Amino acid sequence: MAYTHYILVCGGTGCESSNADGIYNNLLAEAKAAGVTDKVQIVKTGCFGFCEKGPIVKVLPEDSFYVEVKPEDAKEIINEQIVKGREVTRLLYNKEKRSIEDVEEIEFYQKQLRIVLRNCGVINPESIEEYIARDGYLALERSLYELTPQQIIDEVKASGLRGRGGAGFPTGMKWEAGLKAQGDVKYVVCNADEGDPGAYMDRSTIEGDPHSVIEAMTICGKAIGAHLGFVYIRAEYPLAVDRLKIAMNQAREYGLLGKNILGSGFDFDIEIRLGAGAFVCGEETALLRSIEGKRGMPTPKPPFPAQSGLWGKPTIINNVETWANIPVILTKGPEWFTKIGTADSKGTKVFALTGKVKNSGLVEVPMGTTLREIVFEIGGGIKNGKKFKGVQTGGPSGGIITEEALDTPIDFGALTRLGSMMGSGGMIVMDEDDCVVDVSKFYMEFCVDESCGKCSPCRIGTRQIHAILDKISKGKGTMDDLEKMKEIGFAMQKSSLCALGQSAPNPTLSTIKKFEKEYIEHIVDHKCAAGKCKHLLQFIINDKCIGCGACARKCPATCISGEKKSKHVIDQTKCLKCGECFNTCKFGAIDKK
Amino acid sequence: MAKMSLEDLRKMREATQQQIKKRETDGKTAQIIVGMGTCGIAAGAKATLDAFVKELDEKGMGGEVVIRQTGCMGLCNNEPTVEVVVPGMPSIIYGGVNAAVAKGIVEKHLMKKELLNDRIIDRPAVDLLKK
Repeated sequence: MAYTHYILVCGGTGCESSNADGIYNNLLAEAKAAGVTDKVQIVKTGCFGFCEKGPIVKVLPEDSFYVEVKPEDAKEIINEQIVKGREVTRLLYNKEKRSIEDVEEIEFYQKQLRIVLRNCGVINPESIEEYIARDGYLALERSLYELTPQQIIDEVKASGLRGRGGAGFPTGMKWEAGLKAQGDVKYVVCNADEGDPGAYMDRSTIEGDPHSVIEAMTICGKAIGAHLGFVYIRAEYPLAVDRLKIAMNQAREYGLLGKNILGSGFDFDIEIRLGAGAFVCGEETALLRSIEGKRGMPTPKPPFPAQSGLWGKPTIINNVETWANIPVILTKGPEWFTKIGTADSKGTKVFALTGKVKNSGLVEVPMGTTLREIVFEIGGGIKNGKKFKGVQTGGPSGGIITEEALDTPIDFGALTRLGSMMGSGGMIVMDEDDCVVDVSKFYMEFCVDESCGKCSPCRIGTRQIHAILDKISKGKGTMDDLEKMKEIGFAMQKSSLCALGQSAPNPTLSTIKKFEKEYIEHIVDHKCAAGKCKHLLQFIINDKCIGCGACARKCPATCISGEKKSKHVIDQTKCLKCGECFNTCKFGAIDKK
Repeated sequence: MAKMSLEDLRKMREATQQQIKKRETDGKTAQIIVGMGTCGIAAGAKATLDAFVKELDEKGMGGEVVIRQTGCMGLCNNEPTVEVVVPGMPSIIYGGVNAAVAKGIVEKHLMKKELLNDRIIDRPAVDLLKK
C-alpha cells in the first residue's frame, strides 16, 4: 500500500532544541496507536529555514505548514488530519488565507530560490535512497563515466561559481590550478568551520543534505586526481557530524565512496576532522595546519593551497555551500546556472537572517536580490515596529549597510563597494535601539579573543581599537580617537597576515563612516541615543511619580529612596544603570537620558 | 546492500523518484481536492482518496498531481465530492466519486482532458469571499 500522507518534521538543530524530537516520536507513537502506519510516512528532515516559527511540521499532500508545534499536538495531527482528513487549523501559519483554490504561499518563501538548500526540508538526511531519488549522485555518474577531468573543470568554470566562504574566488579556476599542480598525492578539503556569530548556513546544509557535500568532494577528487578528502567541522556541531558520518557510511556501503566507485576504477574516501572552535581555523591555511595536527595559525599566501596545501601537497579547499552547488551545476548544466544571479556573481546565496527582524531564519535568494527584499519582504520587516538602522553582513569581517543602500542588488562586487563583504552569509539586522559603538565593540571583542596572535598588526591592533571603543562607550573618548582608530584599522588592513586581521577593523571603520555623528555624540555630548552604553545613561525620576515604591523594591543597589506617596529620588552615585526601575515603573515616571 | 554498479544506481533512482516527487509542491500542474467532511467520509471519501493515490501511482503521475483534502463542499447528497483543477480547463466538481469514478477521472479528465459529463455537479453557490 502506498502512503497517502507524508509528515515532514524539521530535524535541524534549531527545531531539535525546541523538542522536534518529541514531536517526531509522538507522531510515530500516535500513528501506531491509530493504526495508520501504512498510510503515513513520518520523516525527520533538514532545516526548513523558517526558524523563527519552529518547530516546523509539514503535512503532504495538503501542504499544511504547521508552525510552533508541540509534542502534545501530535495526537491531533494524526487523529484529525491523517485519520479524518481535516487540517489542524490552529497550527497553520496562515490561518486566514487558507483556501482550497490555491496552495497558498508564505511570504517568507516567495522570493527565495533554493539550490543549495534544495533538499533541506524535503528529504530525510539520513536516507541515501531519498537523496538518490532527488537526482543525487547523478552528477557523480556523469563525472565518472562521461566527462574527462578537464571537462568537469570547464563546466564548473563556465558556471561562474564563486567561492561561498566569503572571498568569492572563482571555483573553476581553483580546481584548474589543482589539476595542473604537479604531484602524485593531492587532497580535497571541505571547510565546515563556520564561525561568524549568528551564522548557521553550513551547519544546516550538512544537517539537511550531507550527501551533496560528499558527492561534490568526490567529483572534485576525480577532477584533480585526489583520492582522499577531509571535512573540517566544528566539534560543537554534533548533529551535523552525526549525519555526515551516517551519510558517509551509507555511501561506502553502496559503493559511492571508497574503492572502485560505481565500478569505474576510481578510488576516493573522506575523513572527518573535528575543529575545536577557533575562529581563525575558518581561514584556509590555518585550517590546513590544524588538520595536520599543528596549532591553527595562518601561513602567508602564496603559495596557495592549490599548489602547496596539506602536508605540502596540492589541496583544493572549498566551503560547504560551494560544494553543495557543484552537483546541481553538473546535473543541470552551467548554462542553467549562469541564468541565475548577476553578471558579477552567479547562482544563489544562503543568508542566516537574524537580529531585530520578524522572520529570522535561513534564506536562499538569487544573487542580485536587494537587501530591502531580504529584510522587509522575506524577513517581514523590523520587530515591534521599530525603525531600521542597518544590516551587518559578513559578521566580524564585514561592515554595516544602511538605509540608502537597501536597494542595491547584492553580489560579491556590490557588497565590497559598499564597504562590507559577502562573508559566509551572516546577516544581522539592527534597529534604532542598537548603538553602533556598542556593536563595533562587540565585534572587536570577538576579534581580540579570536586573533591567533601570530602577526602583530592583528594581535595588537584589535586590542588597541577595542580599548578606544571601550573608552568612547564610557564617555571618555576624544575626537583624536576617531582618527587613531582609522589609522590603526588601515594598518591592519594592509599588513595583517590573514583575512581575520585584514577584515577585523571593517565593522568599526564602516560604522565610523556611516554613523560618525553617533560617535561624536558619545565623545562630545556623552550621550548614547540608543541607550546601550550604560555608562552614559542616567535614570531620573520625574514629577509623574506617585510614590508607590515599586521601583525601590526592585532596585538591586537599593539606591532609590523617598516617602510613601511622594516623589522618590535615585542616588546617581550608587546607581548601577541596570534599568530595572525603568522597566518596573507603570506610570512613565522614570526618564532614561 | 552490496556495492552498486552504475546500472544499480540508475535503477534505484528510478524506483524511488515517484515517491519523493509527491513531497514536492512546485511544478505540479493539476489538483484533486477531495471533500472530507463527516458526510464525505461517511459516504466513502477515504476509499476515494486511496483510489486516487493508487491510480496516480500506477500511471506514474504521482509527481504531477496534488491531492488535497477539504471540508464539506455543501453537496452532501452527492458525496463523495471531488473538485478537479487542471490549468486551461474550468475547475470541475464531481459527485458520487467512488473508486471506479476516481479511476475514470484520472484516465479521462487528467490524461485525455475530457470531462466525465454524467458526474459533473455545479457549484452550490458563488464564492462570497471572492466577490
